[in-house]
Amino acid sequence: MSTVAIELAGVKKSFGDKVIVNELSFSVARGECFGLLGPNGAGKSTIARMLLGMISPDAGTITVLNEPVPSRARVARVRIGVVPQFDNLELEFTVRENLLVFGRYFGMSARKIEAVAPSLLEFARLESKADVRVSELSGGMKRRLTLARALINDPHLLVMDEPTTGLDPHARHLIWERLRVLLARGKTILLTTHFMEEAERLCDRLCVLEGGRKIAEGMPDGLIDEHIGCNVVEIYGDDPHQLCELIRPHARHIEVSGETLFCYTPHPDQVRVKLRGRAGLRILQRPPNLEDVFLRLTGREMEK
Amino acid sequence: MGESFAAVMPANAYNWIAVWRRNFLAWKKVALASILGNLADPITNLFGLGFGLGLIVGRVEGTSYIAFLAAGMVATSAMTSATFETMYAAFARMDAKRTWEAILSTQLTLGDIVLGELVWAASKSVLAGTAIGIVAATLGYASWPSILYAMPTIALTGLVFASLAMVVIALAPSYDYFVFYQTLVLTPMVFLCGVVFPASQLPGSFQQFAGLLPLAHSVDLIRPVMLERGADSAALHVGALCVYAVLPFFASTALLRRRLLR
Repeated sequence: MSTVAIELAGVKKSFGDKVIVNELSFSVARGECFGLLGPNGAGKSTIARMLLGMISPDAGTITVLNEPVPSRARVARVRIGVVPQFDNLELEFTVRENLLVFGRYFGMSARKIEAVAPSLLEFARLESKADVRVSELSGGMKRRLTLARALINDPHLLVMDEPTTGLDPHARHLIWERLRVLLARGKTILLTTHFMEEAERLCDRLCVLEGGRKIAEGMPDGLIDEHIGCNVVEIYGDDPHQLCELIRPHARHIEVSGETLFCYTPHPDQVRVKLRGRAGLRILQRPPNLEDVFLRLTGREMEK
Repeated sequence: MGESFAAVMPANAYNWIAVWRRNFLAWKKVALASILGNLADPITNLFGLGFGLGLIVGRVEGTSYIAFLAAGMVATSAMTSATFETMYAAFARMDAKRTWEAILSTQLTLGDIVLGELVWAASKSVLAGTAIGIVAATLGYASWPSILYAMPTIALTGLVFASLAMVVIALAPSYDYFVFYQTLVLTPMVFLCGVVFPASQLPGSFQQFAGLLPLAHSVDLIRPVMLERGADSAALHVGALCVYAVLPFFASTALLRRRLLR
């Protein structure tokens, strides 16, 4: 069996005049967590749907679990679990019925589904909710049920489109913890996200997208070292352009986004000294993260 | 194109059953209301038109008007039941509820889903059509075994109109457009196809046109069975209904592919 789970080569997709995915190539190894990171409209969901054969590329080739997609996507999907961006659970059904109905779509017998359901419910921490209607569950619980449902066919690969969007921090951390358990079990995960923290915490490697184009690819730490490689001082509370002139001699690079000034510097103390005595300034010194990489590469912040 | 169209066709002969069973499970939760609804509307029509109009009309084609009408109502209710199940419930599963999207991430194809929905809608037609048959038999306007004999045609009628409605939902941008199909296609069909009065009352050219409509073939099969007469050219009617069931199935699957899988 090949060690490559997903391979895209020169993939293009346009809807009308609008180019959604532009000459995209990447590959994901088995057992890896690979992230597609980018703002809304970067083409993440389109790529996720292309991997499942729901959207056909205009050009390029896609191979998923050794099957050419979309022509043999159906065969590939037998070994894929999907967590879509928007919940599409059966709201009138109970948690248990959702698993039953979904298992049948994979040709599983009721007996087989009943055999795996308890472990899935335990995994999703929904043991006590088995006979509750889905419409009565919280957002986090629905998301965990969607995850449990995606595991019913014991997939090799999980495709997750923004798995924690819309969840509160507690629910989000619980999902992340569950995903790490899956990675430890050897599953391959492809996830799309616009949360830098999510990408940094979970992904072995990631691909940063903007406007359907790949603008960077690598390990999170590697990307941060390569593109930033020094401390960050965030400053706000005064005219950023004026501040910019003041600290420029001590900065390796400066970005201004909205009212915030991002100063990338190996000497944060010197920057602080320069700013000493200026009233009303808020100064935050922190290690660099993927947000800075995105800002550096595109000149704008991700979630704006 | 050919290869990718083949990829959305039903993958095998049994995948659709999972879709049917999903709908059955959902229906079981509201079964009582559904059955009452299935009975109430046709019973109202049967009593209102049958007794009221029947007094004026007297006998039609050698039988009481209410018996004549009951047979037409069986076919009509099969038509409306399958149409509404597809246009509203299946459309919701395709659109707002995202049920189809979930199913498309499994090993089922779009064709499997469409087939499952069609057979499900036909099943609801059997329920609705049989319900009126039972009312008619209880009142003595049809024999009990004739209801059983009419069932295959009721099911086929359901399949036909589910299949046609599937084309409508593949094309309609939203619910608002369904009313055109109801008022411009279905309602005229009821009056052209010999449901409430014999089609022989229509002017000649209308009769010829009506003879092409699916509901006419359905009525021409169901009424003789319920009135225990021999049906003329039954093979022709069955054949026409089969064409009306199969062609829209392919057309709707192709259209839905364009709509959902770009």
